[in-house]
Amino acid sequence: MSKILIRGAKVLGGEAQDVLIDGAVIAEVGAGLSADGVDEVVEADGKVLLPGLVDLHTHLREPGREDSETVLTGTQAAASGGYTAVFAMANTFPVADTAGVVEQVYRLGQEHGYCDVQPIGAVTVGLEGQKLAELGAMHESAAGVTVFSDDGKCVHDAVIMRRALEYVKAFGGVVAQHAQEPRLTEGAQMNEGTVSAELGLGGWPAVAEESIIARDVLLAEHVGSRVHICHLSTAGSVEIVRWAKSRGIDVTAEVTPHHLLLTDELVRSYNPVYKVNPPLRTEKDVMALREALADGTIDIVATDHAPHPHEDKDCEWAAAAMGMVGLETALSVVQQTMVETGLLDWAGVADRMSVKPAEIGQATGHGRPVSAGEPANLVLVDADYRGDVDPAGFASRSRNTPYEGRELPGRVTHTWLRGKATLADGKLA
Amino acid sequence: MMRHLISAADLTRDDAVLILDTAEEMARVADRPIKKLPALRGRTICNLFFEDSTRTRISFEAAEKRLSADVINFAAKGSSVSKGESLKDTAQTLEAMGVDAVVIRHSASGAPYRLATSGWIDAPVINAGDGTHQHPTQALLDAFTMRRRLVGRDAGIGQGLDGKRVTLVGDILHSRVARSNVDLLHTLGAEVTLVAPPTLLPVGVESWPCDVSYDLDSTLPKTDAVMMLRVQRERMNAAFFPTEREYSRRYGLDGERMAKMPEHAIVMHPGPMVRGMEITAEVADSDRCTVIEQVANGVHTRMAVLYLLLGGNEPAVTHTRTEGN
Amino acid sequence: MDTQQSDARPVLEGPDIERVLTRIAHEIVERAKGAEDVVLLGIPTRGVFLARRLAEKLEDVTGRKIPCGSLDITMYRDDLRMHPPRALARTEIPGDGIDGRLVVLVDDVLFSGRTIRAALDALNDIGRPRAVQLAVLVDRGHRELPIRADYVGKNLPTSLRETVKVQLAEEDGRDAVLLGAKPDATAAEQ
Repeated sequence: MSKILIRGAKVLGGEAQDVLIDGAVIAEVGAGLSADGVDEVVEADGKVLLPGLVDLHTHLREPGREDSETVLTGTQAAASGGYTAVFAMANTFPVADTAGVVEQVYRLGQEHGYCDVQPIGAVTVGLEGQKLAELGAMHESAAGVTVFSDDGKCVHDAVIMRRALEYVKAFGGVVAQHAQEPRLTEGAQMNEGTVSAELGLGGWPAVAEESIIARDVLLAEHVGSRVHICHLSTAGSVEIVRWAKSRGIDVTAEVTPHHLLLTDELVRSYNPVYKVNPPLRTEKDVMALREALADGTIDIVATDHAPHPHEDKDCEWAAAAMGMVGLETALSVVQQTMVETGLLDWAGVADRMSVKPAEIGQATGHGRPVSAGEPANLVLVDADYRGDVDPAGFASRSRNTPYEGRELPGRVTHTWLRGKATLADGKLA
Repeated sequence: MMRHLISAADLTRDDAVLILDTAEEMARVADRPIKKLPALRGRTICNLFFEDSTRTRISFEAAEKRLSADVINFAAKGSSVSKGESLKDTAQTLEAMGVDAVVIRHSASGAPYRLATSGWIDAPVINAGDGTHQHPTQALLDAFTMRRRLVGRDAGIGQGLDGKRVTLVGDILHSRVARSNVDLLHTLGAEVTLVAPPTLLPVGVESWPCDVSYDLDSTLPKTDAVMMLRVQRERMNAAFFPTEREYSRRYGLDGERMAKMPEHAIVMHPGPMVRGMEITAEVADSDRCTVIEQVANGVHTRMAVLYLLLGGNEPAVTHTRTEGN
Repeated sequence: MDTQQSDARPVLEGPDIERVLTRIAHEIVERAKGAEDVVLLGIPTRGVFLARRLAEKLEDVTGRKIPCGSLDITMYRDDLRMHPPRALARTEIPGDGIDGRLVVLVDDVLFSGRTIRAALDALNDIGRPRAVQLAVLVDRGHRELPIRADYVGKNLPTSLRETVKVQLAEEDGRDAVLLGAKPDATAAEQ
């Protein structure tokens, strides 16, 4: 195990300090630390040091769709984006609805070593919404699953949802709901509004999301459980979560970077790179989401990193797959939309992208303070950097980013996972 | 300069009037013994139809042949949305065979736009109807028909449809004809009113440049042209309206309703008509109904579009929206 | 265009044009033996006005109504693919058609002969005249095709560096034939 001295880093964006890593833990934080006996000195030169980011919502695609992403390439993308832990969604082939599949994904993450991979278990068998999967078995497996989600599909049956919320209380799990009323979104292709009316694309009404969230926070209250809402995308959803929290309901919510920045106006290009579930909404929604993330109504940022092969996007809109890659651009988008707008400081970013997601997902050792004795899960960010997004440089196997050619601020230069550099000077270890 | 015709909203007023004026000249060819012009001699046009539409295909084919183009008809069988690869690959295959322009009909909204702007092919793309998005040549032939009937064949040359009151009735939500007509009629200065049950109007329709009403009877006396849109019976099963009988009672056009319109007013329908649903046989067969005329005008209008887009070394029609993406 | 004409020199004035049209009308009557089956077809734009004037004069001479129409040649041009598509002009064939008749094509300036070739092609799609003749106000030479005029108002030997512009009251507010210098000698003749 080696000693690394990070010199002159703005810890959580504050005063420049030195941070000494000894093996897997942070040994010391302070000014003017000695480099004696240190194996490597990293000159931070005023870059921002944050706890390693935690993504509660990643699609790694393995097993089943290794043409779009694997655990290896997905965790490399995560390390490139400053993440030290990701939660892998269950909609793989086969579905992660048994202890066997979640253990396989967990083990692959451990083997590759770029990022901790915490599998999410399916709520229902085959994501079909009919029958509870073996939630307990997945929790007791080597993967220790605590988050359950049918993401990609909504647990739309109110009774199944109620049972799931109740059942996971036995071992402190949480159900993460993909809020999408299926009947209201049959044939839906984009946000329902003036743009969809003009483009002739099937509308995806905000109420299809909001009605499920309203139902589920009431269910959570009724059964005394907690519920997590995936990728909240509308101003109305924000209002419901705000109301639920004010009532003391145990609800947490996430927003994706793309919903903090992009609107349905982009769909006018009919370019399926903007096709995503939930759909891009309006400017008004974007502003409400930013405000909610700032005031804590929305607890965390989660990427919903959804890789797709080129051919699934190089086609007409209706035939295209939904989703965007996001691990490698998330922090930059948050910097642009939240930090540079003055809505959050870097400590706030650390809270929304590391501390809170680790808490919700019970990712031990992640989202900890940058202080002596804590695990050395750290990320160094060059916040002054400006550059155009070039998907050719992505570590992800897929290139379906909506930001191609767009200038975004900030760049992750170093990521340390328990003291081991997974990314150094912008290059994967 | 843009080389495609994707949306009626892309046409400026000058473009639209030029197309209508050119169509009038094309119409005169139909009266000649030899109904043929050499304008597109040696050019190959592919009618790429991913969705069945015999009328539109035949209309384009007649227009292409009258302009001496070589015509390839490609009917791609696809149940619902055919796989994306097939659109890109099919178009590239056709271009490799030397196709100079593609007339495309597709069930997916935006497919012609994608074809024109994705760099898949270089050939000009003409939208012959995409999903529930646009059907610009239909709007042009409708405007041509209205201008002839309401302004005059010769008096209309160089003119738009300023102040003409046009009412579109029926399934606006699923209608590319309605979208194209609202855009083009607005550009040409007409006042458009949409009449439909609220279930068949899109969310966001209030941003369109037209009025909306749920009441046909109060709109008809202030109408110069009423366009009845086809209402598919399967919409009933999706609860857009309760029964066929109730729909036709509230929104269908019968002889009694037609009598409420001013004497000069015309009844239009893009076809195919569902007699007994949105229109009664009495109205469909009356002198005021322009359905057959619209079919004939479709050929003239499409000839004009093809000539103006493909006749020279660059198009004569300027566009704005599809440029640069 | 107008600035280009400012230093142009008139070679025919209004009364001259009137006179040569009268002469052409008499020539047509003479050569066509009373002009009984003559149909005049003007080539847009100015050929149409010249054809109408000729028809009036022929009517004065013969005392009969002379069929007169227009023939747009835009889509028959051999340089169609070299320019953006032009707006079409009106083709108006008189009621009795042209089959078996003597068609006299009327144009303002005869130059390369390509317009007339296009007109002959266009006629071919409309019917089968007994014979086709050509009347022009000005023949400026420089033929590129084996075409000649049957009736010429004025032979005007020109250099390729010069421009010939016909003005007619119906379109331009006055009658004149103007000879000018091309600002850029490489520019194509109008």
